[in-house]
Amino acid sequence: MDFATLIQLLDSSIRLATPLLLACLAGLYSERAGIFDIGLEGKILISAFFSASVAFTTGNVWLGLLAGVASSMVFALLHGVASITFRGNQLISGVAINFLAAGMTVVVSDSWFSLGGRTPQLETSGRFQNITLPFAEQLQGVPILGPIYHDLISGHSILVYAAFLIVPLTWWLLYRTRFGLRLRAVGENPAAVDTAGISVVRMRFTAVLICGVLCGIAGAYLSTSLSAGFVREMSAGRGFIALAALIFAKWRPWYALMACLLFGLLDATGSLFQNIRLLGVSVPVQFMQALPYILTVVILAGFVGKAIPPRAGGEPYVKER
Amino acid sequence: MTDTEPYAIELKGISKAFGPVQANKDISLHVRKGTIHGIVGENGAGKSTLMSILYGFYKADAGEILINGQPTPIPDSQAAIRAGIGMVHQHFKLVENFTVVENVILGAEDGAMLQPSITKARRILKELSDEYELHVDPDSVIEEISVGHQQRVEILKQLYRHADILILDEPTGVLTPAEADHLFRILNGLKEQGKTIILITHKLREIMEVTDSVSVMRRGEMTATVQTADTSPEELAELMVGRKVLLRVDKAPANPGEVVLDVKDLRANDDQKVERLKGISLQIRAGEILGIAGVAGNGQSELLEVLGGMIPAAGGAITVNGDRIDLTGSHSDGQSRRARGIAHVPEDRQREGLIMPFMAWENMGFGYHHDPKYQKNRLFMDNAALKKDTAEKMERFDVRPPNPFLEAKNFSGGNQQKIVVAREIERNPDLLLIGQPTRGVDIGAIEFIHKQIIALRDQGKAILLVSVELDEIMSLSDRIAVMFDGQIMGEKLPSETNEGELGLLMAGVTKGAA
Repeated sequence: MDFATLIQLLDSSIRLATPLLLACLAGLYSERAGIFDIGLEGKILISAFFSASVAFTTGNVWLGLLAGVASSMVFALLHGVASITFRGNQLISGVAINFLAAGMTVVVSDSWFSLGGRTPQLETSGRFQNITLPFAEQLQGVPILGPIYHDLISGHSILVYAAFLIVPLTWWLLYRTRFGLRLRAVGENPAAVDTAGISVVRMRFTAVLICGVLCGIAGAYLSTSLSAGFVREMSAGRGFIALAALIFAKWRPWYALMACLLFGLLDATGSLFQNIRLLGVSVPVQFMQALPYILTVVILAGFVGKAIPPRAGGEPYVKER
Repeated sequence: MTDTEPYAIELKGISKAFGPVQANKDISLHVRKGTIHGIVGENGAGKSTLMSILYGFYKADAGEILINGQPTPIPDSQAAIRAGIGMVHQHFKLVENFTVVENVILGAEDGAMLQPSITKARRILKELSDEYELHVDPDSVIEEISVGHQQRVEILKQLYRHADILILDEPTGVLTPAEADHLFRILNGLKEQGKTIILITHKLREIMEVTDSVSVMRRGEMTATVQTADTSPEELAELMVGRKVLLRVDKAPANPGEVVLDVKDLRANDDQKVERLKGISLQIRAGEILGIAGVAGNGQSELLEVLGGMIPAAGGAITVNGDRIDLTGSHSDGQSRRARGIAHVPEDRQREGLIMPFMAWENMGFGYHHDPKYQKNRLFMDNAALKKDTAEKMERFDVRPPNPFLEAKNFSGGNQQKIVVAREIERNPDLLLIGQPTRGVDIGAIEFIHKQIIALRDQGKAILLVSVELDEIMSLSDRIAVMFDGQIMGEKLPSETNEGELGLLMAGVTKGAA
């Protein structure tokens, strides 16, 4: 593999890791507060659709992003009402959201655009443009560092940079602020939070809504930045891979970044190298494409050591005597 | 103190109903500032409800709360904290993987950033710990410190919030005698600083030891408030139950026969592969009760579970009536144990002894479904026989109400326990394993269950009793073994030992080391 291919591979990894990272951090907020969310997938999908639709109709990608985030937050609120207010089963509520999103996006887009569940191709103004960082062109000639800066670090959409900045922000919020202390506490022992005079319900709704915002950005990135428009089922299981990454990362922000980059790298390898010869045997392309999913199974089977989820995760909080 | 000074706490006519159940009926209570006031009562007497109302968990249907003479409505915990009320719950409300200082500031942070609060809390914790003997390392993680220390954190949490009134709910249930004594010293120190303390407990000895005055609750009503100096444990017990209660267990000397249970070098690990039993050897003869004393979590549960066939052993040998029993594999389950004449009343009746949403008769059959008595033919069970059997057993064991069709969860703790005890004892086992027989059981039922255990012993059965209640161990056992850290620290005769000596063994201190 030559240097240029390596840069290309890593560049592709970053693009593919971004939606995973956003979704993973979304799940992190929710699960740290004790609300399991397998509805990440559905929220990404609904946001991808509304972002593309609104961006196409108005020609303004920012309005698209806003619509996507709003739709994802509505779904998050639904999950919150079901699992916090009515203390329903969090898994079932999440599954319902995934089904709802999968069906709704196709039906509505067919009714609006009559393209068989797609939105029309987005023009330039309907997409997030890649940003060229300062001095990228000038430094391009510098050996090694030049291409790294120009091709790898520079030239992504603003959402990519935002996603990577949310990692330290999340770490800081979680471990350095009052909000973070309370968020972590409510996922570990809500009774302690309640007796300390803090509203468990409010904390959990806040977390679920933050989850909605981040899933919304992930969806908008898929349809208005990574692609140019919405196609059915375009989230392609990323919400679930993000959950696997979250477990891999043991619910910690920096580890989440590492986990998502690893999944992004596998994804990029799968699509960049269709035919790999390993020890004289040619590895089928299907195997390369299946790699992220195989890794997910391996991770979930517990091969990465014990991952202890937030202790109150998945359980509705009922006040006791 | 003068009589004109307002009461620290004054409750007037507090009533609270949950559906048809009147948990508190027109309760009035006066507690003077700078005193320790005890509240005793059986389970379900309404103590916890009353305290939950005072701490803002529930809203009273009627009545008024006055704090320092001022009418103070307490709609939520936040209001209780503002009124200077702090509560130390029976089950600690601590975040297990947080540090001490993080737990202390949770909910009482000074601003959006943590660092200033943590710095300040460290300083205040230091001052408080010097003042009241409340020493804990602010940076240790809760799950890594002892239960006694966790309780200190709970108290520190309340003091950090400037609580003047401290409510402690069953604070000594999880403590060694030495830790309990330390707690009482702390409480006395707090009292001297003018704090008001309410102590909820069912241990009359503690009431006599530390309180200035005591109130008794029965069936939702406050039946009496007396000065501790003017009363006796016998009188309090009678006020609680409404009839005379025998506090001492009456029993004849044991008449031990052949060895029934012989355990040699028994080892067992928990799920995390941590060794919880480190070579236990013991013997129990027919007609004898061996009591296992120890602070919860020192391997007693694992000992019961291995003997009862709930977890496999990692080594050692067990013989019952001279026959070796399997420690691993398919013949080491509860069913095989029962076939050997071992009956097991597990420690946690709600999780291991009963299925809460099932009816009493269904629960009464567990473990004994294969009994030919309950079979109609090869295919079907004879439920009618089981129901009839259940009704008879409930009658004999005074389960109230004696209704086989009531779900287990609808019985009180004492009556749930009677169902489990009835199921196991009525099988006439050679060896009875019984864990925490009276945890969360009211005084009347304790008396009954103790009598049943003694009666079984007098029939010549072997009994292994595990309890964290030292009083219970002392009064029931013929021999006492003390467990600490998965080992037996020593064996004593109840007549030749005392709580102090047992307490040292429970804390892992042997004569040589002391």
